[in-house]
Amino acid sequence: MAGLRLANPTMLASGILGYSAETLETIVDGGAGAVITKSVGLKPRNGYANPTIVQTSCGLINAMGLPNPGIDEFVKEIREAKNTLDVPLIVSVYGFSAEEYATVTKKAVNAGADAIELNVSCPHVKETGSEIGQNPKILAKVVEKVKASVDKPVFVKLSPNVTSIAEIAEAAVKAGADALTAINTVRAMAIDAEAAMPVLSNKVGGLSGPAVKPIALRCVYEIYEKVKVPIIGCGGITNWRDAVEFLLAGASAVQIGTAVAVKGANVFKAISRGIDAYLEKKAFKSVEEIVGLSHRSYPA
Amino acid sequence: MLWIPGVDEIPLSILSANEDGTISVAVKKVGEATQALHNKKVGETVGIRGPLGNSFTLKEGKILMVGGGTGIAPLLFLTKKLASKTVKLTLVIGAKTREELLFLDDLKEACGRGELIATTEDGSYGIKCLATAPLKRLLAKEKFDIIYTCGPEQMMRKVFDLAEKHGMPSEASLERLMRCAIGLCGSCVVGKYRVCRDGPVFTANQLRDVKGEFGVSKRDFDGKRIPLE
Repeated sequence: MAGLRLANPTMLASGILGYSAETLETIVDGGAGAVITKSVGLKPRNGYANPTIVQTSCGLINAMGLPNPGIDEFVKEIREAKNTLDVPLIVSVYGFSAEEYATVTKKAVNAGADAIELNVSCPHVKETGSEIGQNPKILAKVVEKVKASVDKPVFVKLSPNVTSIAEIAEAAVKAGADALTAINTVRAMAIDAEAAMPVLSNKVGGLSGPAVKPIALRCVYEIYEKVKVPIIGCGGITNWRDAVEFLLAGASAVQIGTAVAVKGANVFKAISRGIDAYLEKKAFKSVEEIVGLSHRSYPA
Repeated sequence: MLWIPGVDEIPLSILSANEDGTISVAVKKVGEATQALHNKKVGETVGIRGPLGNSFTLKEGKILMVGGGTGIAPLLFLTKKLASKTVKLTLVIGAKTREELLFLDDLKEACGRGELIATTEDGSYGIKCLATAPLKRLLAKEKFDIIYTCGPEQMMRKVFDLAEKHGMPSEASLERLMRCAIGLCGSCVVGKYRVCRDGPVFTANQLRDVKGEFGVSKRDFDGKRIPLE
């Protein structure tokens, strides 16, 4: 898919245990077909003070603040991961300018990244993430510059916090994106009645988990109608049925993040097997046969 | 995880869990969050997420506990949990000064007819030495069924090394910077283990896996590996 050989259509979403080769290995042992690292930038970031996460009944709200050691430190982990993992290693990159995205991307690819996922959708850090991904012109510049700087596949992870995600998707593809990940987290908040204040130290964070699945599904469906590149579905997938729904909506692969908290690393194996069982039961020969199947029109 | 609204959210070990559903924690004033806790008055509100992580395995027989500083708190809790079991307790506790030697009376009581060895770095109480100093003699003369330890990591590393040398099982309660505290973000990892979810208590088998990091290094706020002070 998009130039990568995936062992199966499940991938680890960015932000989950993605700091070190060792933890990524536990995820691969759990059956992930590819892994995406924590988002890394040019300079180190400490991230926000705690609370950085809120557990709700239907998902998590996080405002970590992109804590990462910066690409110059992180290349060590990339190299180590490339040596030990036997699935594609995709490095998630963010920047505060098109130049930064390109610089970090180049260093990540030099260290061995099989592909890059551009984080243009983090909803809680100023001047990067979704502030770039919400503006099709700026986004296009970033994608163009990154594509011009490396030879590896470049995925763009889209924000749902926009009026028309299909429009942003088209801009990203026109600028050269090889695949799109839909979606990043949804801007959200939690307020504690006892303390009478927002819980997150950053006040606003990104919602993930089961609560966002219907939104993510809708985004994948809408994007599929407008673009020809592969779409990677992400948002609230916890079991094989969720994954199949995303494939039917138009995704060629899925990412799983929040569900790892509830189900552990083996969630990848479970989902992968479930997809296989569904395909067999429905007499489909491959995942490709069901991608976008829900779009076919029915006689009235 | 304990939330001080408007300040921070920090991981703390439980000191006691009571029948009425209340819990207590022991907090040393080391920074902004702990200072804020020290400033709180009875009746004020803090937030809680938990309980999280695992606990010491309850064993029977000859038990050695080695506690340093605030690490003594979860060990005191452990003695309460072991009360119903057939155990002979030996406690070695250490702190910088007499003032920081916590819960001495409770520990003496928990020890019963077992041995309690207290040490302070400045000699203001008990033997003037580190908590690990009496261990060489202790482990040479007695075979313990398990050694539990909690306190400064370099102290726990020494305890683990000695336990390994004498072929005795050990369990250590580690701490790391925590954010999500539910095993997702990776902030608290030691090797492949997440201290918040796979720990904070680790068995000797697990500690062997992470000998390169245990007592040696930790990850900073930005995820970079830095040496333990």
